[in-house]
Amino acid sequence: MKILYFAWLRERLNRGEEEVSPPDGVVTIADLIDWLAQRDEAFAHAVEKRSLIRSALDARLVPHTTPIAGASVVALFPPMTGG
Amino acid sequence: MSVRVTTDAFDPGAETNSFLAAGKGAGAAVTFTGMVRSSPDAPITTLSLECYPELAINQLSAMLATATARFDLLAATIIHRYGVLRAGEPIVQVMTLSAHRRAAFQGAEFLMDYLKTDAPFWKQESGPDGTRWVAAKGDDDAAKARWD
Repeated sequence: MKILYFAWLRERLNRGEEEVSPPDGVVTIADLIDWLAQRDEAFAHAVEKRSLIRSALDARLVPHTTPIAGASVVALFPPMTGG
Repeated sequence: MSVRVTTDAFDPGAETNSFLAAGKGAGAAVTFTGMVRSSPDAPITTLSLECYPELAINQLSAMLATATARFDLLAATIIHRYGVLRAGEPIVQVMTLSAHRRAAFQGAEFLMDYLKTDAPFWKQESGPDGTRWVAAKGDDDAAKARWD
């Protein structure tokens, strides 16, 4: 699956996207964030305040509790500042 | 209903005129234009807006559908720019059309309140003191919450 990053999260990770293959135990977006944080210290630091991370699944805004099964694109980003 | 998410500059007057021309017979139209702010005590040279276009189109379309149903709008349009903008340039335009003024005003305000918190754009200001990401404001969450 592909993961997209935006704004300061993208800057802190030094990448806008990556391909990952999470193991079976990774069920929700929250699990995915935990799994990515275990693999990568910079990631763990960037998402330390989980309340500042928003998520989307296949271009739909969803909470971290959403299962990722069947999705092809997960996006992680800071609170939005549109308008 | 129309949504446009674009890096191209737009002309607020021309957009307003074509929106009004299409709304023949309606009683009330409201148009709001948001522009890049630069004040003497907090000057900026550029405002960069990052965007997730696929999500933006989905979010803006859902907001328009909600506003149209809730305020009985006859038509509504959102235009939102991203990319690098200079002070004074239009960022966003919201236009609503209805039979009476109250619905048009409320629909436009509802859309702007939702755009502030639920549209996937991220602002980064550059000025004499360097570059910084604009933080989301609690006031904007409160403004959106009053429509609950």
